[in-house]
Amino acid sequence: MATIDVHPQTATHHHDEHGDDHAHHGNFWTTYIFSEDHKVIAKQFLFTGMAWALIGGMLSVLFRLQLGFPEANLGWLKPILGGWLTPEGKIDPEFYLALVTMHGTIMVFFVLTAGLSGTFSNFLIPLQIGARDMASGFMNMLSYWFFFLSSAIMFISLFISTGPAAGGWVIYPPLSALPQAISGSGLGMTLWLVSMALFIVSSLLGSINYITTVINMRTLGMSFTKLPLTIWAFFLTAIIGILSFPVLFAAALLLIFDRSFGTSFYLSDIYIGGEALPNQGGSPILFQHLFWFLGHPEVYIVLLPALGITSEIIATNSRKPIFGYKAMVGSMLFIAILSFVVWAHHMFVTGMNPFLGSIFTLLTLIIAVPSAVKIFNYVTTLWKGNIRFTPAMLFSIGLVSFFLTGGITGIFLGNSAVDIQLHDTYFVVAHFHLVMGSASFFGMMAGVYHWFPKMFGRMMDEKLGYLHFWLTFIGVYLVFFPMHYIGIAGFPRRYYTWTAFETFSGFADLNMLVSVAAIITMVAQFIFLFNFIYNIFRGKLAPANPWNATTLEWTTPRLPGHGNWVGEIPTVYRWPYDYSKPGSKEDFIPQHIPYSETPESNLPHENDEIKLEMGGAGAIVVEERKH
Amino acid sequence: MSEAVDFKIVEEPKRPMAMNPKKFGMWLFMASVLMLFISLTSAYIVRQAEGNWLFFDLPTIFVVSTAIIVVSSVTMQLAFWSARKDDVERVKVMVLLTAILGLAFVISQYLGWKDLVARSVYLVGNPSGSFLYIITGLHAIHLVSAVVFLLFVLYSSFRNKVNSKNTVQIEICTTYWHFLGVLWVYLYVFLTLLR
Repeated sequence: MATIDVHPQTATHHHDEHGDDHAHHGNFWTTYIFSEDHKVIAKQFLFTGMAWALIGGMLSVLFRLQLGFPEANLGWLKPILGGWLTPEGKIDPEFYLALVTMHGTIMVFFVLTAGLSGTFSNFLIPLQIGARDMASGFMNMLSYWFFFLSSAIMFISLFISTGPAAGGWVIYPPLSALPQAISGSGLGMTLWLVSMALFIVSSLLGSINYITTVINMRTLGMSFTKLPLTIWAFFLTAIIGILSFPVLFAAALLLIFDRSFGTSFYLSDIYIGGEALPNQGGSPILFQHLFWFLGHPEVYIVLLPALGITSEIIATNSRKPIFGYKAMVGSMLFIAILSFVVWAHHMFVTGMNPFLGSIFTLLTLIIAVPSAVKIFNYVTTLWKGNIRFTPAMLFSIGLVSFFLTGGITGIFLGNSAVDIQLHDTYFVVAHFHLVMGSASFFGMMAGVYHWFPKMFGRMMDEKLGYLHFWLTFIGVYLVFFPMHYIGIAGFPRRYYTWTAFETFSGFADLNMLVSVAAIITMVAQFIFLFNFIYNIFRGKLAPANPWNATTLEWTTPRLPGHGNWVGEIPTVYRWPYDYSKPGSKEDFIPQHIPYSETPESNLPHENDEIKLEMGGAGAIVVEERKH
Repeated sequence: MSEAVDFKIVEEPKRPMAMNPKKFGMWLFMASVLMLFISLTSAYIVRQAEGNWLFFDLPTIFVVSTAIIVVSSVTMQLAFWSARKDDVERVKVMVLLTAILGLAFVISQYLGWKDLVARSVYLVGNPSGSFLYIITGLHAIHLVSAVVFLLFVLYSSFRNKVNSKNTVQIEICTTYWHFLGVLWVYLYVFLTLLR
């Protein structure tokens, strides 16, 4: 007795009717501005993110000028900075604080969250899982326009007369809650909060879409074990976003009430000019708990997509399967879970219970394990590979380097005892700029170099890419490595100047070196910018699969139209890392090639799968019984 | 089937997880709303543990609110079942009834606030009171959004677009409504226990 339950696979599946017939509809507005196509939205995120990266980078050069050359006359910047320069041609101390605040906010949220996740999740999720578009194109469009609105408000806040928010990107109250405290805590802070509220809405809309798409819209045969690691990374990032951004929203909401409606969630016992404020019973530590419950997962929202992109690029350009696919997925999952239970390591010196501190130390140090697994797997993937040093590959290897050097200092900082000395010094600045800032930035750059041919149908110039890489790579180390020494020596971060204190004036030369390196690194980015913009229009035409990669996006036309694939979406038969498979004719076998077409390279268990492939056009046998 | 030896049980290649993307999106949205309230109630616990905490009784009318929202969940579910049975007239009645109960809930919450004010518990003052206003207020805002959603469903039902073949919209609405009901019960129990 056998039950036969055969559903022959019909030629199309349900969203095929979306095909390419949509490709040439729509006017300028619906095609390029209020587009619902995931590729256009991805580019919108990319361009906005790049604009923000330039602004954020410029701000950092400004405050590096102050730190490296405290005596210099910056009068020549008067046309740009206007009233923010003192009559002696120095940066106004309060404006300095605004500069570091906006640099942090812009880089963390606008560049490395929206610019990175927004670009690559939008671009790659449908292309790599084999979907026509995101689950909801409309929500996707809303996500970008909320981000745009949020960007516009943040941008405007840069130009108001009281200056933008200046309480640090972590906006700790009471500094951020009281307009009397600092001029940036007036209108600038209000705009910051409004902008971030919109940003959270944008991020949630995006995340809901990413998760829904990955779970519900995969093409035939694309099981979770056959997903490229990029998709795993974007998927986990979106889950972290959905769980952590509402908490930031709650923190910001209570802060808004404290600022504008007179509540006392975070304020208590404050005297200004001898006068006691009416606020009683609040707790500023409460804000830190809420903020870092988002803030720490946010680190991984920034980093995981970069790690996913890197996994893909390193495997492709080593011409080897990724080492330990399951370990990679497992470690990302583990990192994602751990990211929610370590937030208090940002608060070791708030007077928390030392026992609690040691628990958070333990949990924090455990993150070293999955991180080390990832680095080990990157290195072992490279090991004995036929490495092609494309610019994307170099940036990916650069990421691994930063992830290692920056991660190691995390082990120091994660110790509640060591942190007493290092807290809020340049050691912290060096740590997170390497492990989160530079590593994620390099991941983003790697992604741009690697998927530029798919985005714009043209190739970027490799030589300029190499120049960009080496200047940036060396520049980043020259900027952040000396900061470790400065930090161990006890230099606090966010200080306007050190020359006023005898103790702190010792490292002036080192600070000068850092500043020069920062300026060179910044200038190097213009090489990239030229390479990027010029080759969108003039680059040589890209072949369909320039990197000989296995994933589905390279099976689309050179410039995929709306709907991505002309005709049917390819079916997936194998995992995405069949590089240099012994016996195979070429050194890569794309995911949509069935095992029946590659008898020469199949492993024994894969030969068994051929039978399944024959079971019906594209059908999958779930149970087989002998009669 | 000529080959007599083996039969294969074949399923249509995986349309992995047969959930409607919109329904799934609603679940994710609810997860983020849940996180919002979890963070606020956690903040409540953390803040309360620090002392200097004003004690006051919850407005008694919150019992009425709770009853209203539980009943509204029942009517919502009846509306959904009626839609599945193609009983279009009853769908309209039940959806309308649910919307009215939803508004009654919001009004009842408002009366609760007035009761608090009468007992000199204000938004501005000890965080104990501020938290109560923020938590109940945020929940009420979400409930109003659900009532708006209900009105959309009502509009669809008048255009004959809610029936056994078109249940997605009303199903998503029902899920959201139950979620907000359960959320309120959680908040009410939480606020009652942690005074």
